[in-house]
Amino acid sequence: MFEAFSYISLQQYWWMIVSLLGAILVFLMFVQGGQTLIYTIGKTNEERTLLINLLGRKWEFTFTTLVTFGGAFFASFPLFYSTSFGGAYWVWILILFAFIVQAVSYEYRSKVNNFLGKRTYETFLLLNGIIAPLLIGTAVATFFTGSQFSVNMNNITLLTGDKMPVISEWKGLAHGLEAALNPHNLLLGLTVLFLARVLALLYFMNRIKHAAMMERVKKQLLFNAIPFVVFFLSFVIWTLLSSGFAVNPSTGVVSIESFKYLHNLLQMPVVAILLVLGVALVLLGIIRPLLFFEKCSTKGIWLAGLGTILTVFSLFLLAGFNHTAYYPSTFDLQSSLTIANSSSSQYTLTAMSYVSLLVPFVLAYIWIAWRAIDNKKIDMEELNNESHTY
Amino acid sequence: MENIDFSLVDWSRAQFALTAMYHWLFVPLTLGLSFIIAFMETLYVKTGNSEWKRITKFWMTLFGINFAIGVATGIILEFEFGTNWSNYSWFVGDIFGAPLAIEGIMAFFLESTFIAVMFFGWNKVSKKFHLVSTWLVAIGSNLSALWILVANGWMQNPTGMRFNPDTARNEMVNFWQVLFNPVSINKFLHTISSGYVLASIFVIGVSAWYLLKNREHQLAKKSMIVASVFGLLTTAFVVLTGDGSARNMAKYQPMKFAAMENLYVGQQNAPLVAIGILKEDSKETLHKKQDFRFQIEIPNMLSYMAFLDPNAYVPGIKDIVHGNPEHNILSFQQRSEKGKIAIRALSDYRNAKKAGNDSLAKVSQATFEANYANFGYGYYAGRDVHELIPNIPMTFYSFRIMVGMGVHFGALFLVILLLTLKNKIDKKRFILYTALWTIPLAYIAAELGWIVAEMGRQPWVIQDILPTIAAVSQLKSTSVQITFWMFFILFTGLLIAEIRIMTTSIKIGPTEDLKDSVKN
Ligand code: HDD
Ligand code: HEM
Ligand code: HEM
Repeated sequence: MFEAFSYISLQQYWWMIVSLLGAILVFLMFVQGGQTLIYTIGKTNEERTLLINLLGRKWEFTFTTLVTFGGAFFASFPLFYSTSFGGAYWVWILILFAFIVQAVSYEYRSKVNNFLGKRTYETFLLLNGIIAPLLIGTAVATFFTGSQFSVNMNNITLLTGDKMPVISEWKGLAHGLEAALNPHNLLLGLTVLFLARVLALLYFMNRIKHAAMMERVKKQLLFNAIPFVVFFLSFVIWTLLSSGFAVNPSTGVVSIESFKYLHNLLQMPVVAILLVLGVALVLLGIIRPLLFFEKCSTKGIWLAGLGTILTVFSLFLLAGFNHTAYYPSTFDLQSSLTIANSSSSQYTLTAMSYVSLLVPFVLAYIWIAWRAIDNKKIDMEELNNESHTY
Repeated sequence: MENIDFSLVDWSRAQFALTAMYHWLFVPLTLGLSFIIAFMETLYVKTGNSEWKRITKFWMTLFGINFAIGVATGIILEFEFGTNWSNYSWFVGDIFGAPLAIEGIMAFFLESTFIAVMFFGWNKVSKKFHLVSTWLVAIGSNLSALWILVANGWMQNPTGMRFNPDTARNEMVNFWQVLFNPVSINKFLHTISSGYVLASIFVIGVSAWYLLKNREHQLAKKSMIVASVFGLLTTAFVVLTGDGSARNMAKYQPMKFAAMENLYVGQQNAPLVAIGILKEDSKETLHKKQDFRFQIEIPNMLSYMAFLDPNAYVPGIKDIVHGNPEHNILSFQQRSEKGKIAIRALSDYRNAKKAGNDSLAKVSQATFEANYANFGYGYYAGRDVHELIPNIPMTFYSFRIMVGMGVHFGALFLVILLLTLKNKIDKKRFILYTALWTIPLAYIAAELGWIVAEMGRQPWVIQDILPTIAAVSQLKSTSVQITFWMFFILFTGLLIAEIRIMTTSIKIGPTEDLKDSVKN
């Protein structure tokens, strides 16, 4: 079946899968957002334990999505993997650090004799909560703003001289950290950070039965939604007004085109609709509980979650589709990565496409398993009856 | 070659070795304990005896502590291929990326979804659903081992691919050849079964400690029976598949094999050195030759082990370095010349293509293809060929210790099983102490296995095709040095935390779960 696909449609299919995984990842970062709110929402030890237990059942899910996103990106666009990870070294290493410390914290925090102390593990959760959304957002923004690197396949034939036989070379000064100095990138980082916090608050509304905490959640929702909307709109407007990196489909030559992303939006009406729909759903998810808390507090996470997925998905498509270089190099335009020049071979993409047919089954069993164990709201009493708590 | 930053290469290797070996401290227990727990829970569901439930839950707590840190150390490995081995990621990413992605889609989600049911579902789902979840966790973790080991096995014996000079990388042409690579299959079986053995030793050791402290007799003895049966069967399997690994090695990686056996001069009817002590020959400067100070040999055994024929010829290190025309072995010198020709031809091909000179491109491509089998050796043209020899004492001793431990574990499982069945185990304090102190030995054996496999294949990342010096990312050596120490401090801190939490949880022991026992 996939054998009948052309190379370029396989490349597009895989760009969509990677985009979808990225979008789901951003949604699931509500776990990270929640980790930054433990002390704001939880005023007593008990309340904090409740929050940590709520998040603790979901963190692995976010984590596994990140791992799968990485694996799928590697399998489908290996040149991105080697150029970005090896080049923007420090950004990725810091992100990975933030996830390493998260992975042990839930399990070890409340255990007796845990060496580093409860507070340290809570600090780890906070660090992960801030660093992961902020830096992942910043890194993804470089899809629109570009980075400084060069790619030259001929380098592997270098046996002498002063260059290593390495294909991708990073020219950015701080091996990736320079991206955070660009306000345009930083805006997306801050957007993702506040979005994660907003989604966390909506998740708490959906899962907790506790009057005092709900009051705080409601207040925080407003406080976090405002900066989120401001940052998000600034990023989107700035991007639509910026020049972008266009590819000539027949020669593969990359050039700068003014209003490239605006053009992409206009030339791909489906993407434009998805984007508008996504933004509307996110806003609806936030506004309904703000206005009619009693009636509408539980569904917010679903609306805003779906909205987040649609929005991020369409942003990825804006960056990669319609003859656009999704990982542009501002150092050497012709080194820029496009979905056509950075992908795996047609054979590999075909084989992997068969594997992708498993995804619906995966989603189905995740759904069944979660419904079985998460079927009602949780309160203090419920927590005390649990057989495994953090 | 003045263009290689050796300090960068060495720190990158050190970082990969550090993180991989830390990861492997936790992985084998996850692989094995998940099955042992599944057996125990099956016994609970079959018999309805709530003691089995208490036992299952106790081991599950320890499993959770270990699992968390296994996940923490795993994520870095996945991304390190990009961060520290970026050239590698392009050169073989078309083949290598796929197993990593399949692992995520097929295995990690299975594991992480059902682990939630396993821990949080006791009071929420039916007994059957819970049992199925526990089994799925075990299957999921072992599936994740499959895919990563397919990837690793492929690096030792690359198959199912073709180099595409236009994209300057290897591309997959046959998925099934990658998946059913004989090295991968054997490696998978040997590695997972080593995890089963390690977990069985862990369960027996902890149970022995309870008996020594005169506590938890029921739990300890029941657990010992499950673990010693599982351990005994899987030890047999470890020995069998280990033998298969050695045979594969003789066939596909003769240098690793010769180094592991410290065989300098090839011979027919080669004897196996069962036990030996090495002595570095100080006069030789180039060869770093290791003489035997002392050895116990089994005649003909090495030839038999390698090729199932006592008369078979086994090439030695010297034959492989300097060549042996009689046995059709090219020297490293010859191979690096050929490799250099391949690299030059690739360069010519790409330049000709760019200039639109199709006939030159065609000629260059033919030259390239004729010499591609030795591509990686080209990076060693003009260098000291002895750099292509792996560390001999390290592989030689590691292998012997691993095998010796395998024999020790098998004997221990047998003794424990017999004594427990006869209900005499409480009295045998010496055996109980031995079981307790065998826990660290199991970890040592498992780590040494990887040292044989990975150090023995040096300097290759992809056998004969890509050496480590051409696989790295272009970074400053100091950057990698900093991240090495960051990982070192972080992982060591987490390891200490894990050991303390684990030992404390063992001391506390299974908590009496009154609520549950009333309910069931
Ligand atoms: C033979 C088994 C085996 C081997 C050789 C490796 N792993 Fe591993 N890995 C596992 C067996 C495993 C596991 C048993 O499935 C783990 C351990 C604890 C766990 O949660 O799953 C795991 C966890 C784990 C995770 C976290 C998964 C999650 O989100 O739950 C990642 C990203 C990796 N591994 C990646 C790697 C890479 C890139 C390796 C090679 C360099 C590697 N592993 C070697
Ligand atoms: C978890 C089990 C593993 C352990 C304990 C392990 C051990 C090691 C060790 C000790 C080294 C350093 C060798 C040296 O530099 O002297 C190494 C290097 C390396 N291993 Fe493994 N390995 C494991 C799994 C894997 C797997 C599954 C892969 C591939 C998928 C892999 C790929 C590599 C690579 C790319 C290097 C770096 C290049 C090199 O220095 O050889 N390893 N590993
Ligand atoms: C008793 C007989 C044993 C034999 C003959 C044996 C043989 C081998 C060989 C030849 C290798 C290297 C494979 C390669 O380089 O590709 C290896 C690797 C390994 N061994 Fe063993 N081994 C034995 C027992 C054990 C035991 C008891 C353990 C641990 C409990 C163990 C754990 C490992 C591991 C983790 C590896 C690395 C993975 C791999 O390459 O398969 N082995 N073994």
